[in-house]
Amino acid sequence: MLQASELECVRGERRLFTALSFTLKPGELLHVQGANGAGKTSLLRIALGLTPPDKGEVRWNNTPIRTLRADYRREVGYCGHSNALKDDLSAVENVRAAAALAGQRVERGQALAALERFGIALSAADLPVRSLSQGQKRRTALARLAQNGAKLWVLDEPFAALDAGGVEWLSEMIEAHLAASGLALVTSHQALPVRARSTTLRIGA
Amino acid sequence: MRDGSVLAAVLGVARRDLLLAMRRKSDAAAPVFFFVIVASLFPLGLGPEPELLRRIGPGVLWVGALLAAMLSAARLFASDYDDGTLEQMALSPQPLVALVLGKLAAHWLVSGLPLVIAAPLLGLQFGLSFDAIVLLAVSLALGTPVLGLVGAIGAALTLGVRGGGMLVALLVLPLYVPALVFGAGAVDAVLAGTGAEAHLSLLGACLVLAAFFAPWAITAALRIALE
Repeated sequence: MLQASELECVRGERRLFTALSFTLKPGELLHVQGANGAGKTSLLRIALGLTPPDKGEVRWNNTPIRTLRADYRREVGYCGHSNALKDDLSAVENVRAAAALAGQRVERGQALAALERFGIALSAADLPVRSLSQGQKRRTALARLAQNGAKLWVLDEPFAALDAGGVEWLSEMIEAHLAASGLALVTSHQALPVRARSTTLRIGA
Repeated sequence: MRDGSVLAAVLGVARRDLLLAMRRKSDAAAPVFFFVIVASLFPLGLGPEPELLRRIGPGVLWVGALLAAMLSAARLFASDYDDGTLEQMALSPQPLVALVLGKLAAHWLVSGLPLVIAAPLLGLQFGLSFDAIVLLAVSLALGTPVLGLVGAIGAALTLGVRGGGMLVALLVLPLYVPALVFGAGAVDAVLAGTGAEAHLSLLGACLVLAAFFAPWAITAALRIALE
């Protein structure tokens, strides 16, 4: 369970949000909505523990994430604006390198299976990521997320750069993740096409 | 989720960076070519005076290696920062300092070791004796990791800063002075006929200090850059 209480974020002179609280239980999705520059990404970074909040705190299963540190990071998977893929490496190598960051060894076969589940065909899996389409890059990035077995998915504008089929596919992926009692924290401009127990949080309104 | 080991993370990051260097051979080869060109400009500019060249050889080669090391270290974290990999590293359950160590090791293999290998050949160009050439390689083998570690601190501190490259030079070059003094001094000492042990011990001490403190400083700087 992810809880945020009384969060405040100040960037320079601007107070992006204040007294912001939410609770996210297993199987639930929190949709963070807001205009450009409203602080959606800042909120995600606070929830990830990358940026400390100016006030308030974030708790995971009733323990502040500041004290959990690596135990919290083990539960979280993040996919940001940039896909965090290496252009010169192939999709398989990217998935394996990402697992290596967590200190895990993923065999080629496992990486290929994960990619296939996320709609990257065998023929594309060995091409440099540079030559993949935006949608395929996004799929590779999300395959990496699922591969690491994170409970909490934090997705920043995951539907950007996806075509209609991709949007539907990603919605199903998120629904499956939630059905397996996962949690998701998602930002997007538009209404989410995900059918799930979800709460919408508007910031900067 | 299976728990990975810290060692696997260090090796995994090093492996990834070596793979990337293999894919971008021209980027990886640039520092060593820079070193060769700088070291070759001096004999051309100063004229063929063997005595003079022998006298300035150790210093010139060390300064060349130092500049090459700085140039390669300046971009050490830039691509990881730009494509978001650095965030993923900070979010890894493994300690960031371990991942940084993996990067530093790969970086030395790609950009430090070639300098150590190229230096003896360039030493011949300056007419250095066999003993001096051996010592040049030894001093660079001890010194290039120091240059890489200190350079990486500069690179981490200037992440996301416009005109970061120039700033790295201003930050890092003064910190390179001890390594330069002891490294070039060791080769000079051999040329002068005195022992080089003292210089090498001090250079070794620099390496131990840098290896101990730099990874923590780099990690702290990276966390600030990501905030």
